[in-house]
Amino acid sequence: MGQITLQDVQKSFGPVHIIKGADLEIADGSFVVFVGPSGCGKTTLLRLIAGLEDVSGGKILIDGKNVVDTPPAKRGLSMVFQSYALYPHMSVRGNIGFGLKMAGLAKDEINRKVEAAAATLNLTPYLDRKPRELSGGQRQRVAIGRAIVREPKAFLFDEPLSNLDAALRVQMRIEVTRLQKQLGTTAIYVTHDQVEAMTMADKIVVLNGGKIEQYGSPLDLYEKPANLFVAGFIGSPKMNFVTGEHALQKGAATIGVRPEHLKIERDGAGGWQGTIAVAEHLGSDTFLYVDAGQLGMLTARYIGELSLHAGDHVSLVPEPARIHRFDASGNAIRS
Amino acid sequence: MATRQTQLLARTLLTPAVGLLFIWMIVPLALTIYFSTLHYSLLDPGSESFVGLENFRYFLTDPAFLASLQNTLVLVGSVLALTVLLGIPLALLLDQPVIGLNIVRLMVIAPFFVMPTVSALVWKNLLMHPVSGLFAWIASLFGLTPIDWFTDAPLLAVILIVSWQWLPFATLILLTAMQSLDEEQKEAAEMDGASAVSTFIYITLPHLARPITVVILIETIFLLTVFAEIYVTTGGGPGLSTTNIAFLIYSQALIQYDVGTASAGGLVAVVIANIVAFFLVRIVGRNLEA
Repeated sequence: MGQITLQDVQKSFGPVHIIKGADLEIADGSFVVFVGPSGCGKTTLLRLIAGLEDVSGGKILIDGKNVVDTPPAKRGLSMVFQSYALYPHMSVRGNIGFGLKMAGLAKDEINRKVEAAAATLNLTPYLDRKPRELSGGQRQRVAIGRAIVREPKAFLFDEPLSNLDAALRVQMRIEVTRLQKQLGTTAIYVTHDQVEAMTMADKIVVLNGGKIEQYGSPLDLYEKPANLFVAGFIGSPKMNFVTGEHALQKGAATIGVRPEHLKIERDGAGGWQGTIAVAEHLGSDTFLYVDAGQLGMLTARYIGELSLHAGDHVSLVPEPARIHRFDASGNAIRS
Repeated sequence: MATRQTQLLARTLLTPAVGLLFIWMIVPLALTIYFSTLHYSLLDPGSESFVGLENFRYFLTDPAFLASLQNTLVLVGSVLALTVLLGIPLALLLDQPVIGLNIVRLMVIAPFFVMPTVSALVWKNLLMHPVSGLFAWIASLFGLTPIDWFTDAPLLAVILIVSWQWLPFATLILLTAMQSLDEEQKEAAEMDGASAVSTFIYITLPHLARPITVVILIETIFLLTVFAEIYVTTGGGPGLSTTNIAFLIYSQALIQYDVGTASAGGLVAVVIANIVAFFLVRIVGRNLEA
């Protein structure tokens, strides 16, 4: 079991209020990603759950039990650090088994569990190597091995893939997701990369300035962003925002349209008129950055190749059903 | 130093410095070797004559040689043990956040900057003096008989003085090493359920293996040649009880005025230092390999 509940969790470092009251319900076995810009408090929130920082207020419940005064090791969680934090003088076997050794398990039982964990992660040939003799991806797997071998109630991942190169990151992303599904253990994963968040999560927590902006499934966040921040943060390229007359016509202070929901017309008279400033041709997609005069720069995405170039005149027509409306304080208007 | 040209330039520019250092080293060495084969007494000038290896035979068979060799090894070994074993807890304490930490650190480092002669004098006259010393006063507070350090435990007294001087060095090196320990590693150990003691044994101590090696190697080089502390406090005595090799050579040359034997002793000391270094590098040097 690994059900984690946060009730009005607060954290201040001196006068600086980092976490301004977080309420969250994480179901057993789910994969939850904390995402947000740097300095939003996502790592702090993770460390509060881990017990590496003390909360300034509120409760953290693990399986219904308040753990704010429980030391990290007794919370039954395990953590994968950004720097991996492997013990450099210990072999892979020693690294993975350290937690079990500290728990006072018998030697042959430790060996059995370590070997099982190593087999799951394809680390068996490297068991007797030192961390410095391993590649980045292998070190990452050792760090994960150290986490799974203790059979915790939940895994905590602190930006574990940020030190890997792009290709390896995609591969590890898939491995981590598959491993989590296979083990069925709750996982909390911190990242600033919204692609990781969208692809790995069952549910995403978007944090900004120490507040939870929205909590929901990836597609929920994409289709029904609760406010301007989430709308702008989730999705790549960013959502286009238009204020002023066009927004007022729709009864909103700001309207937002994703680049993929703008229909591109070469010689249309309707929609938003503009001149292409930059055209990016990726083959699979075409991105157009359009200077639309008073509306500012708009981004449009076309799936497939579109033979348009910088300087061409286009008109962009938003799909009516895909227009997001926001009120003056930035919250979404639902009708 | 990538191209042949820069290599040549580097060598040309280095030559004067290297040459000077070479002369600086080779002239005294050559003279010492030369003197070690002479009968050369300052009491009897003009009577120098070639005696072959006679001086070496005399020096090595002198009972004072074995006694002083033993004293040297005891001194080096004890000071190494004391400075490392006390340096680790001291460094751990200084690694904690305390108010006025900078001043505390400065105070801890201070003994290293006191001249050996001065610190030996302070220890001899202000601390260990059996009548007017601080230790004698403390002993009398408890109604104990003051220890006459330089009569009853002369070698121990010298060891304490030298350890006091070298403890800051060990502490400083170990402290900087502790501060370079990755914070996430300690946190990982905490998540793994390691207590403070286990974290120290399994994480901190292995991390310190290399700096401890550095401390041992550097200290050994200097401790083999301790002289001022002995000269100022005990003068090698009583008897031979605090005479180390360095002091024995000094007494051969400037108490017994026998330059020939002293030179032979100097060469023996070079050989001993090399033997010690050889074993030391074999034992602890593998920690230095990356």
